[in-house]
Amino acid sequence: MEMSEPISVHPIFGRLTWQAIPYDPIVQMTFLVVVLGGLGVVYMIYRYKLWGYLWNEWFTTVDHKKIGIMYMVLGIIMLLRGFADAIMMRLQQVMAFNGSDGYLNAHHYDQVFTAHGVIMIFFVAMPIITGLMNYVIPLQIGTRDVAFPFLNNFSFWMTAGGAVIVMASLFLGEFAQTGWLAFPPLSGLDASPYVGVDYYIWALQVAGVGTTLSGINLICTILKMRAPGMTMMKMPIFTWTSLCTNVLIVASFPVLTAVLVLLSLDRYVGTNFFTTDMGGNAMMYVNLIWIWGHPEVYILILPLFGVFSEVTSTFSGKRLFGYTSMVYATVVITVLAYVVWLHHFFTMGNGASVNAFFGITTMIISIPTGAKIFNWLFTMYHGRIRFELPMMWTIAFMLTFTVGGMTGVLLAVPPADFLLHNSLFLVAHFHNVIIGGVLFGSFAAINYWWPKAFGFKLDHFWGAVSFWFWVVGFWAAFMPLYILGLMGVTRRMRVFDDPSLQIWFGIAALGAVLIACGIGAMLVQFAVSIWRREELADTTGDPWNGRTLEWATSSPPPDYNFAFTPVVHATDAWADMKARGYERPEDGFRPIHMPSNTSAGVVLAGLSVVLAMALIWYVWWLAALAFVGLIGYAIYHTFDYHRDYHIPADEVARVETDRTRRLSGVAS
Amino acid sequence: MSTTADVATDDTVFHYEEEPHHPEGGSTMLGFWIYLMSDCLIFAILFATFGVLGGNYAAGPGPADLFELELIAINTSLLLVSSITFGFAMLAMVGGRQATMQIWLAVTGLLGLGFLGVELYEFHHLIHIGAGPQRSGFLSAFFVLVGTHGLHVFFGTIWLVTLMVQVQKRGLVEANQRRLMCLSMFWHFLDVIWIGVFTFVYLLGVLQ
Repeated sequence: MEMSEPISVHPIFGRLTWQAIPYDPIVQMTFLVVVLGGLGVVYMIYRYKLWGYLWNEWFTTVDHKKIGIMYMVLGIIMLLRGFADAIMMRLQQVMAFNGSDGYLNAHHYDQVFTAHGVIMIFFVAMPIITGLMNYVIPLQIGTRDVAFPFLNNFSFWMTAGGAVIVMASLFLGEFAQTGWLAFPPLSGLDASPYVGVDYYIWALQVAGVGTTLSGINLICTILKMRAPGMTMMKMPIFTWTSLCTNVLIVASFPVLTAVLVLLSLDRYVGTNFFTTDMGGNAMMYVNLIWIWGHPEVYILILPLFGVFSEVTSTFSGKRLFGYTSMVYATVVITVLAYVVWLHHFFTMGNGASVNAFFGITTMIISIPTGAKIFNWLFTMYHGRIRFELPMMWTIAFMLTFTVGGMTGVLLAVPPADFLLHNSLFLVAHFHNVIIGGVLFGSFAAINYWWPKAFGFKLDHFWGAVSFWFWVVGFWAAFMPLYILGLMGVTRRMRVFDDPSLQIWFGIAALGAVLIACGIGAMLVQFAVSIWRREELADTTGDPWNGRTLEWATSSPPPDYNFAFTPVVHATDAWADMKARGYERPEDGFRPIHMPSNTSAGVVLAGLSVVLAMALIWYVWWLAALAFVGLIGYAIYHTFDYHRDYHIPADEVARVETDRTRRLSGVAS
Repeated sequence: MSTTADVATDDTVFHYEEEPHHPEGGSTMLGFWIYLMSDCLIFAILFATFGVLGGNYAAGPGPADLFELELIAINTSLLLVSSITFGFAMLAMVGGRQATMQIWLAVTGLLGLGFLGVELYEFHHLIHIGAGPQRSGFLSAFFVLVGTHGLHVFFGTIWLVTLMVQVQKRGLVEANQRRLMCLSMFWHFLDVIWIGVFTFVYLLGVLQ
């Protein structure tokens, strides 16, 4: 092994020294705030004796609903971190004119833009869509849990473990300064010798295990656990788009795993996969990571396409226009997602024919996507539209996303891409589709399914405030970037020479402040709604006059979801049941078979985090210990054969009678 | 729907009196298949990497200088025979002959260990003569592709021992049969991967 060793490796502490603690005052203040906040939370938990409750009811749960909510909480917390990075970048760029260096040094700024991208994709968008799918799919298909409930808990904790590793890099060492995909040779050991890239690698590897397993889990759930009568073409459209997303996950995340293994071998063992000498090929990394990376953007957006379909149909009071074409459009997007990756590097020298092929496949993707937009518009046409919050987000999405889609088609033209690649035009484009699509969709979904999850609606006023700040803020923040990009400004710049550009960065920074207000208003909306939960309460379980099965049960649903597994006769099963005068069964309940809680997920994910941290810091003895512990504990867990129990019929009857009383309370 | 005839007269039925039964572990086989396909994708990437880097010798040794086909023939036979013996074990399992099954599993595990021994000897030899994974792009791709397969066999062997213990403790209960079926698929899958390695890495390598 030949490597330059800038830092000596201690037999016990590896390369962990006191110098690992950043001296940067901004980071130290953040650290202080996080520590004080953390101690505050711990104290409150201790004060109100919540440890047992959290551990028994949440951390060790195998209930897909609670796991879904934990994913959402993780995503929203990490959104705050990712957004803090965003606003720091906006502030730096608007300041760094006329000879000013701004307030962030290059080392810090480069970490900020890398962390922003990594966190927003892996620890905000992914947890939110996984949480949504987890919560909604079993309810929509009329089942009691996912196919592998323990695996579900384990997957969540692995994702959370990845987030812990990223957060640790803020206070111990550094994060990567490579951009969110860590291209070599910059991410190789010569250019990035310290821990930043290793934090990147291990955070993604730990979280990636969770994502892949949850993909397998949800595919099996959808294929094997549907209620009787629900054929594939009777599945709710959200379930369909989720199925496609999970197929994409299982068929692309292993590529990420493999390519990161190769990068880590280059860094740890001294192999020559992506090195510039000894027969390595850095361009192979770019290809491989985008073979994962392009499907990833469809992984993120497809479930939200499902959300928009459900919302449009519900709030237009009509069944979805063109259900079948919607399904086929989704499947076509799924397939095409694999044959467009090269458009991310037209300029790498692939030759005109190759570029032409990938340019054309990219443009073709806009056809099924356009079909979807028309389906939503035709669903609204002649509908009785109710402008509730989910519908507002959906309309904002349609307007915003279409613009982002058009700039995407523009970038898909290779000659145009030669001018625009690596510019702020590209940055504006993908924020346009990710914020306008994934985030707006997530907010639509949160407003739509919140009453299902908690039994009360979200406050409309604060929701509307958040909506307008977000939408206006988004346009103010990103339209200037389109203009700057067309003028040739490249991305990831820390300082600028041309003073005429400053005004645009000023507008963009103002937009970011408006978005900050939008996020604040959303947190206020949650708080106000919890405060006023009695007024906002929904006892029917069906506050929006919904069309799919999740609205057939109570809000929040009982542990077992449905006292009797529903039998499905139509695509919008619940709308069909209501139309045919369905009456809720009030007796004849049976014991219900359910999976038991387990702490194995927390333990295994915890050991994985220890293993990752040991590898990052070259603490080899601890890495070996954690690895043996991980394998040993996994084997130990398989010796537990009792993983389920029955909810007695009396208990089911009690819960259901309770609901009958609440329902009749409304009727009288 | 004919199955609902006993429940209602002419009205549509929205639930059955008897719950539809999702058998315990009913999704396990499908789930394990999907896992195997995801694993297959990892190998696909490693094969592709070998395809790209396989000719980058960096002025170092190439396949014809390094590979000893006699050794690889022994190794391949060990692994292929282990697949057959695993098949015998599964036949014994279906027939309920637990002791026979355990013997065949033990034979499979020993063959797997034999395979690993030969592979480790080969790796040790290559590193010893200066043809380690750091030497060239070709050797990096070679070691990681073959090594990842070997690592799978290693974990497969640990899993096999675990299952033998579990069968000894609890007998051929349904859960154990399901686990054995999964390991069986895993083991055969590794065989298929090895045929790819043998053909594309060793045979074609020596031919070049």
